[in-house]
Amino acid sequence: MNALRRHRDLARIWDSPPGWRGALASVNHSQLGIRLILTAFIFFLIGGILAMLIRAQLATPGSAFAGPDVYNQLFTMHGSIMMFLFAIPMFEGFAIYMLPKMLGSRDFAFPRITAYGWWCYLFGGSLLIIAMLAGLAPDSGWFMYTPLSSKPYSPGINSDFWLLGITFVEISAIVTAVDIVVSILKVRAPGMSLDKMPLFAWYMLVTAGMMLIGFPPLILGSVLLELERAFGWPFFDAARGGDSLLWQHLFWLFGHPEVYIIFLPAAGVISTILPVMARTKILGYGWIVGAILALGFLSFGLWVHHMFTVGIPHMALAFFSAASTLVAIPTAVQIFAWIGTLWSGRPQLRMPMLYLIGFFVTFVMGGLTGVMVAVVPFDWQAHDSAFVTAHLHYVLVGGFVFPMFAAAYYWLAHFTGRQRQYRLGTLAFWLIFVGFNMTFFLMHLVGLLGQPRRIDTYPEGIGWTFYNLLSSVGSFVLAFGIALFVIDISLQFFHAPRSRRNPWRAGTLEWGMSLPPPSYNIGSIPHVESRDPLEDDPRLAHRLAAGKGYLSEPRRGWRETMAVDIVTGRADHILVVPGNTMLPIVTALVTGAFFVLMLLKFYWLTPLPLAGMAWLGWRWAAALGRKEDVGPLPIRGEETALTHAEVEDPPGWWGSAFLLAADATFFGALLFGYAYLWTIAPNWPPPRLMEASLLTLGLGLLGAGVASAARHRPAAQREGLGLAGTAAMLIALTLSAFFAPPPTEHAYNAALGVMFGYAGFHVFVALLAQLFVLRRRRAGYHSAARRAEPRIAQLWTDYAAGVTAIVLTASHVPALMA
Amino acid sequence: MLAGSTAILLLVCGLIAFAFLKRRPASPAKRVWIVGAGLVFPITVLTALLAYGLVIGERLLPRQSSDLVRVSAESSQWRWVFGYDGGGRRTYDALHIPAGRPVDVVLTTADVIHAFWVPRLGGKMDAVPGRQNVLRIEADRPGIYAGVCAEYCGIGHARHGFRVVAHDAAGWQAFSAGDRP
Ligand code: HEM
Ligand SMILES: [Cu+2]
Repeated sequence: MNALRRHRDLARIWDSPPGWRGALASVNHSQLGIRLILTAFIFFLIGGILAMLIRAQLATPGSAFAGPDVYNQLFTMHGSIMMFLFAIPMFEGFAIYMLPKMLGSRDFAFPRITAYGWWCYLFGGSLLIIAMLAGLAPDSGWFMYTPLSSKPYSPGINSDFWLLGITFVEISAIVTAVDIVVSILKVRAPGMSLDKMPLFAWYMLVTAGMMLIGFPPLILGSVLLELERAFGWPFFDAARGGDSLLWQHLFWLFGHPEVYIIFLPAAGVISTILPVMARTKILGYGWIVGAILALGFLSFGLWVHHMFTVGIPHMALAFFSAASTLVAIPTAVQIFAWIGTLWSGRPQLRMPMLYLIGFFVTFVMGGLTGVMVAVVPFDWQAHDSAFVTAHLHYVLVGGFVFPMFAAAYYWLAHFTGRQRQYRLGTLAFWLIFVGFNMTFFLMHLVGLLGQPRRIDTYPEGIGWTFYNLLSSVGSFVLAFGIALFVIDISLQFFHAPRSRRNPWRAGTLEWGMSLPPPSYNIGSIPHVESRDPLEDDPRLAHRLAAGKGYLSEPRRGWRETMAVDIVTGRADHILVVPGNTMLPIVTALVTGAFFVLMLLKFYWLTPLPLAGMAWLGWRWAAALGRKEDVGPLPIRGEETALTHAEVEDPPGWWGSAFLLAADATFFGALLFGYAYLWTIAPNWPPPRLMEASLLTLGLGLLGAGVASAARHRPAAQREGLGLAGTAAMLIALTLSAFFAPPPTEHAYNAALGVMFGYAGFHVFVALLAQLFVLRRRRAGYHSAARRAEPRIAQLWTDYAAGVTAIVLTASHVPALMA
Repeated sequence: MLAGSTAILLLVCGLIAFAFLKRRPASPAKRVWIVGAGLVFPITVLTALLAYGLVIGERLLPRQSSDLVRVSAESSQWRWVFGYDGGGRRTYDALHIPAGRPVDVVLTTADVIHAFWVPRLGGKMDAVPGRQNVLRIEADRPGIYAGVCAEYCGIGHARHGFRVVAHDAAGWQAFSAGDRP
């Protein structure tokens, strides 16, 4: 088969059909990655316009440009858009586009999930924009502190838009994170062991892992607050045993890692671009991987440093203060590894490098002011002043926006297939750099003079006017620079001459394909021998197109890519990924229907979309699988491999496992909340405990044990026992909920309600999974070789059993002992 | 702290600028960059900083003292009510304290979270529903100090300010005795 035939056959299999139907049904990672990037950039521009309005208002004292009600919406939306709708989706889109190409694969592990993630993001983000256009935007600040955001003090629909819209977007972030983790771990080119992975993949692996742990607490917080707002369950109301500080804990459990979640992908970009710009290799690969892991780990010990002023004992503060300064160490390791890399090479001042220098200067400053606020007495002074606003922008703009602009120039040829021609970019850079520093350096100073953040106006004659005016002028210089950047990039899309392959002479695999890349990325999949495959073999691109790698012969219309052993990168099996389908968009629409009904307070209608989602989930799983064994198939020369349908742990199993890991952190945060309220909140103990019963408890524990132990039995028995055990769990939970006191009365009751609901939901999912397996076995989808489905269903059953056992114990035992 | 930060910033900028020079000394070994600059250097600086912070922090903590004055501050949307002598006496939006003596402010809120902050008198503390937080302040000399609410509290947040009036010994006597100052 020659290269042209191969290209035609592969393109027929992988291309999206033309027209709008094809656009709606596409699951192609390159297309989705670009859509995410563009959508995120549009949100960046919207957030930027809001920032301009903020600065316009603050330019002069006593300005009447926007009243406090409008101003509060402005900064709340600015912060929320930048954090949730710009930064996270931006690097997700970039990773979705780039990772498969860097890892030498043809797509992500779960293409339909990739598409679902994008639709959820689009719909959730649009909800917030609609709210803003209607003048109903959230106005309680991007961290939505209770009780200001609770019903009595925010009676309007504004806060509901935030809670529901952001949760919708977070769902997208969680499923995308699962997609990223599994794709990095399993879907790489053979031979690429973990220590040969491009550094960017390491950064994204840790980032996505952190998202799986960091986002569930925020989702939990949002669910609880929405329950309080909608139904009066008092989780945060001190008068009824709630505690507003619980919200702060849950929010910052998410919010602090969030800063590192945003920074790490950008650092990955830097570690990729910098050595190429310096014509050398990165210094200390192993050290950097260690630093990333340390950073990911430490960032979860820091959340309390956002709460230094809420009245926490000083020794506890000292602990968190130490932990906060500790993260500076892995950051320093990275910074000096980068500087050392520059020194050991011959750096060239090309466009991406310019932005990297911008990054160094701003980010180091942001880091230093960060260490200052980590020192408790200083923070008592600077907390919630304009100093903090300045600090966070040095970190976020320096640590994320600058590297992303560097990435834009570095990889532009990859997206467009064209080379840079115009010189506008340099001017744009200087305007952005100068404008940025002018805006925010002055805010440090005026913050130290005592200007708080989030004020819509300030009096004349206290010495703040001059700084604020200059700062606003700076922000307009910055805006002008960004406009030039947009013009520069768009010109290149349409006018520049075609780029040659690998214009920077880089070593990573993403440059080993024609530009812009075809839908299937590479005609065949390489065997990777080192960290810079293109450097070993500059003609690799041609050899791959000529079919010298794995899976060079398209067959059966399958979308095939290689799956590998996690650590060694040995070829493991052939992953056949699903093709274009309407399922993602339909499922996202039904998910959206649930959120819209919640928003409109049509609570009684919400079971409808929930049932729809259960049905769609079933269809989603049923679209996969085969009724016959195909056995080993050739992958390269004499080598053969099984398809994923016939191996023990296909990516689907790993996907479930990681999704459950995120779910488990959600549950962990819920238990933390329950214990926290019980031990720390004011107005405890509750007026009455639930009516505990040993019988109910025993029934539930027995059911959990049976459903979980059934795994060792042959199929038919296992199914019977599993269903019986699951039914017992369901009964025990229903009885417990029935005999619990009404949730609106006290936070204790409300917490029990959520725990029973959570366990009940998972038991229901387990039930569906078991019924699914039963149907599929009878229809002939399982065999001794095709055994993954029951294993995945068992995973969900075990999780439901574990959760039920814990929930029943945590609710009945304290009440029994009392 | 400021000087140290500036020095570190300049050091990093200098190292980067130097890398671009055509003629420069050969790069130090990997160990120097990563272990020396990446590990040893920040650990030393941070340890010193942390110790310093702890010591200062301990000193700022409310402590027993014979001439201690205790006042209460109840914040609400958008007003401050200050109480003296166990609540017997109240003032609105202006807190009266003696100069040169430590004062404990007991912070509570009637609605949402607010925060008490007088930039020139020391740190800030949140007023949290269902809780009492205590903040120690001290004015070195008599005068009027501006205070603000430092936790976003809704529409009136920017205007949720107050004044602190620090009296000399005679003025405080008079105030305590019930005279309008
Ligand atoms: C592009 C130029 C930008 C300008 C001129 C700008 C300006 C501002 C200003 C003046 C505030 C303070 C509002 C106040 O406290 O009253 C603010 C808040 C904030 N900004 Fe930006 N910003 C920019 C970009 C960004 C970016 C890229 C991010 C994040 C990735 C970001 C995240 C935030 C956050 C989280 C807040 C806090 C919002 C809150 O207090 O609820 N900003 N910004
Ligand atoms: Cu206030």
